[in-house]
Amino acid sequence: MEKTGSSLLDLTYLDTLSDQDTPVHRLDPRVKLLTTLLFIVCVVSFNKYELSALLPFVIYPIVLVALGNLPLGYLLKKVLLAAPFAFLVGIFNPLLDRAVLVHLGPLEISGGWVSFASIMLRFVLTVSAALILVASTGFNAVCLALEKMGAPAAFTVQLLFLYRYIFVLGDEALRMLRARSLRSFGGRGMALQVSSLMIGQLLLRTLDRAQRIHLAMRCRGFDGEIRIARQLRIGGRDLVFLVGCSAIFLFMRLHDVPRWLGDTAMALMR
Amino acid sequence: MHMADALISPLVGGAMWAATAGLTVYSARKLKEKADDSMVPLMGVLGAFIFAAQMINFTIPGTGSSGHLGGGMILSILLGPYAAFLTMASVLTVQALFFADGGLLALGCNIFNLAFFPCFIAYPFIYRKVVGERPTRRRLVVGAVASSILALQMGAFGVVLETLFSGISELPFTTFLLLMLSIHLAIGVVEGLVTAAVVTFVCKARPEILEMAAVARPPATPALKNVLAGLLVVTVVTGGALSWFASANPDGLEWSMFHTSGKEALEVADQGPYALAARLQEKTAFLPDYGFRKGEEKEVPATSGEGDAAAEAGKGKAEEWPDVSAGKSLSGLVGAAMTLLLAGLIGLGLRRSQRKR
Amino acid sequence: MAGRHGHGVDAVSHPVVEVRDLQYTYPDGNPALRGLSFSVAQGETVAIVGANGAGKSTILLHLNGCLMPQAGTVRIGDFPLSKRTLPDVRRTVGMVFQDPDDQLFMPKVQDDVAFGPLNLGLPADEVDRRVMHALSIVGAAHLKDRPPYRLSGGEKRAVAIASVLSMSPTILVMDEPTSNLDPQARRRLIELLKTFEQTIIVATHDLDMAFDLCARTIVVKEGRILTDGPSREILQDAVLLVAGHLERPLRLQGCPVCSPPG
Ligand SMILES: Nc1ncnc2c1ncn2[C@@H]1O[C@H](COP(=O)(O)OP(=O)(O)OP(=O)(O)O)[C@@H](O)[C@H]1O
Ligand SMILES: [Mg+2]
Repeated sequence: MEKTGSSLLDLTYLDTLSDQDTPVHRLDPRVKLLTTLLFIVCVVSFNKYELSALLPFVIYPIVLVALGNLPLGYLLKKVLLAAPFAFLVGIFNPLLDRAVLVHLGPLEISGGWVSFASIMLRFVLTVSAALILVASTGFNAVCLALEKMGAPAAFTVQLLFLYRYIFVLGDEALRMLRARSLRSFGGRGMALQVSSLMIGQLLLRTLDRAQRIHLAMRCRGFDGEIRIARQLRIGGRDLVFLVGCSAIFLFMRLHDVPRWLGDTAMALMR
Repeated sequence: MHMADALISPLVGGAMWAATAGLTVYSARKLKEKADDSMVPLMGVLGAFIFAAQMINFTIPGTGSSGHLGGGMILSILLGPYAAFLTMASVLTVQALFFADGGLLALGCNIFNLAFFPCFIAYPFIYRKVVGERPTRRRLVVGAVASSILALQMGAFGVVLETLFSGISELPFTTFLLLMLSIHLAIGVVEGLVTAAVVTFVCKARPEILEMAAVARPPATPALKNVLAGLLVVTVVTGGALSWFASANPDGLEWSMFHTSGKEALEVADQGPYALAARLQEKTAFLPDYGFRKGEEKEVPATSGEGDAAAEAGKGKAEEWPDVSAGKSLSGLVGAAMTLLLAGLIGLGLRRSQRKR
Repeated sequence: MAGRHGHGVDAVSHPVVEVRDLQYTYPDGNPALRGLSFSVAQGETVAIVGANGAGKSTILLHLNGCLMPQAGTVRIGDFPLSKRTLPDVRRTVGMVFQDPDDQLFMPKVQDDVAFGPLNLGLPADEVDRRVMHALSIVGAAHLKDRPPYRLSGGEKRAVAIASVLSMSPTILVMDEPTSNLDPQARRRLIELLKTFEQTIIVATHDLDMAFDLCARTIVVKEGRILTDGPSREILQDAVLLVAGHLERPLRLQGCPVCSPPG
């Protein structure tokens, strides 16, 4: 219940975050979407034993969080909460891949640990990039971007509706849950049957609501097509961001920056 | 179970994106043909319903843990395959964006696993076949349970295949498969029971709704089958062929099944560490001055304490793995530390200047 | 006022809404309307009151063709309600639904207010003008960039009304506009509605509002009209109101606190 209640809060919170006015928020949503995708592809395209070359990629989330005035702690917490699956699958690597890959003085580290660390680093990078995308763009703008980039209207409209009514139906579900927890003692109200009935009840209300919404839409001349007047415009700033980020990502993909830094530093020290 | 970006290769992610994008366009077109404008709000609101319904958790009998509805089957039953596919796809999109369930690149995989299988396979070929034209209570229950189980098993199979084709995880195919299938068998049974209960509840309260759904939305047509078969073939072929190709490429990504099987043999017989080393070397050869010390395989105790250390603090130690010489290790560590420090400083500086404004 | 088109001189003489022998049975066999007739003249404000399930909402849904009469006729201005006249009818009659959440389905307030005008095929600048005008009438111009799910109940209601006003209807139909509003928001809404020049038909349980806002009241019971006449008389008639499962507005109950002196 805590978790479910908080998932609604999360939605609301991320939504509020997107309601700011910062250089990151002002960027065109299409540009942000493309950049995020490119970032993710670059990150996951590394060899599975790669770690050092992945590190420089943290710059992207860090810069966006800083410029976009986003709460770092909150985002990190969300990333961690989502980690279990990647962790569970990844944790087998150290068990199965025991060939020693790294010698650090007396310490020997197996390939499994390296690839596990790499998985977790990838995880943090990709997930935070996606979260930053919504937190700095807003879901509706992401949908608009998708539509302008050629996603079928049936899909994007459906996304908009879904998002709009999560809040309404989520509240309804919360009220039901509250009513259930007030009257269920020792978890007996959690039985499959009770929950199914609640879900069924919620479904009936949802269907009624869908009907009413459809009526309301038809009353205002709905003919099967949703028209949104808002236009998107890609400006010079957006282009600079897109091209700049792409260039940086590609550079970091092709060059192991930390190694170079380390080598240079060592050379200087000598 | 949601696939994560961290576990897939761009190739697998891209192939699945292509497949699901195709399916989305196809479903949207099919839906448009029907020109039923009441579907627009209905789909959206039902998508939101899936979220709300997932908030209503229940105890899974006999385990004491709690679960929630997946939703693919219920949507198919209420909306028919095309609309259900689009709705489920958007549910997964929202989950990827807001809850970090899966990720953007893995979205294609997740839509395929959790929307394609229930909507386009389990629903037309199991549920419709079992329930038939005149649904009875028992048929509804049997159909819902059977189709939910099948859908989840196929989804789990999808996760395993995608993971292995990506080659990031070391899990051997059979182990992973058995693990996933057995977990999802339990989940499937529960999902089926809940789906059946909800459907019968609606059936009793408002019989007209399901009748409408059954009449207005005929099961998948043969044309659909062809398209699906085609898509499946395309996915498998592109995924497989490209992976194979890429694995032969020096700069490419490994093809894990290959790797895994080689690895298994090694561990069972404890012979051929050289072969393994050679393969690893070959695979990572594009990295400069990679030095791999052959023939040494040391057990690393898998205690969780060390695990965390290696995962977190260990990142620093680990990233200079290709080097053997102490000097180079040190330079790697220094480089990593400098990178992180720089990134942090840049972030701090930017935030400070941002605040001032 | 937001685009009053008016129907010329003869509009006063013949009714803008005319309902004759209207009957409607829901698909599940529920006879909601069992034959009722009334007509409304240009510029009138009419309250439709009655118990839960009396059929008020069902009547309203017929007024702009959300439901089609199964028997009897509905005439809106010069148009008899039919599939063919539906676009004209919907342009004339603006319907505000009971739950604003059903009505505000677009991502932003301004998208929602623009939804109707865009469907009418108006040019972009005209749409913009209408959106801002409608929002300023209801005092919600500052909300235009907000998503509807982050508005208060009163704000939602105001925006829902604006989303209908932007289509410049000459007849406003509202289902329980004051439900879920706090006393101040309710008062503001009533004052706002008083300034409207459109013909207004409201279905409501808020008899005080009916008394305040509407010169005329129609009492509905079990799908039929129980009475139809001036609000002053009907809402005083205790016997009649009890028959309609209603009671006198508080201010008419002789309560020393809430009824105005005299
Ligand atoms: N969608 C529907 N399907 C079936 N029956 C319905 C539907 N909507 C309303 N009814 C029934 O029609 C009758 C009239 O309902 P209506 O909603 O018009 O009443 P109402 O006067 O608006 O009530 P309330 O004051 O509660 O809003 C009721 O008996 C109701 O149960
Ligand atoms: Mg009503």
